[in-house]
Amino acid sequence: MADTKLEPGAALPALSVTPDKYVPHRYAGASGDFNPIHIDPEFAKAVGLPQNILHGLYSMAQVARAATQAGGGDPRSLRRLSVQFRGMGVPEQEITVTGTVREVKNRRVIVDTVAEQGGNQIVRNAEAEIEPGFTE
Amino acid sequence: MADAPTGKRYPPFEYEVGREKIREYANAVGESNPVHHDPEAAKAAGFRGVVAPPMFCVVYSAGAMGPAILDPEMGINLMLMVHGEQEFEWGEPVCAGDTITTSVQVKDVFEKKGMTFYVFESESRNQDGQTTVKGTWTNIVRGG
Repeated sequence: MADTKLEPGAALPALSVTPDKYVPHRYAGASGDFNPIHIDPEFAKAVGLPQNILHGLYSMAQVARAATQAGGGDPRSLRRLSVQFRGMGVPEQEITVTGTVREVKNRRVIVDTVAEQGGNQIVRNAEAEIEPGFTE
Repeated sequence: MADAPTGKRYPPFEYEVGREKIREYANAVGESNPVHHDPEAAKAAGFRGVVAPPMFCVVYSAGAMGPAILDPEMGINLMLMVHGEQEFEWGEPVCAGDTITTSVQVKDVFEKKGMTFYVFESESRNQDGQTTVKGTWTNIVRGG
């Protein structure tokens, strides 16, 4: 892993994932967040959403995965992550996480990253701090 | 907007980390690294046991965040609330068998562009008193 040189301007390896129809249900069980807007399409439509939507923290977890993988894959390499949630993510459509190294301070690599789905930014203005160097 | 109590603290919440819960979470978000599933792989990588993915912090923090968001004194209209921003800064890794205690306080409440921002801060520590994560949670209510 971590073939990419983490130097300013370098692109992170993109991470693509298509959450299947039941991901919001599995994430609800794993996280304890059973808000019906995530798991009940009828309820979601009744409150004006196009369909049931992904949990924002699920989408943030995909950004965390991409950043961790860029740092070599060890969970200790991800030191900080801040994100904004704006657009809504939906199941059964590909999410792509991309990122660019902004700067390197000592061993800390600071990355600007974003998660997009169908041209819509579902996690934006995300900033990750990675400390590569843990090996598996 | 209610007179929101900046600085208010909520009772600490204790969470016992189970191996199967880590696996369930890892499967739900697509974390396939064996250190999140297999005790031997985790130990070979230097962990005490199966290690949680960083974002597992939302699982053990949830019980501390709930009462803060639902606090009538905060006056958050849940029907109009969206999760706007989130930040985590990680410390010590969390492994199966750990007991994590999370404390939450109100950091700030402010209005901007007709919306009210409710900002909470959480800090989680393990059984040895080491910080595992610090979180900043921003919920936004349209129209306040």
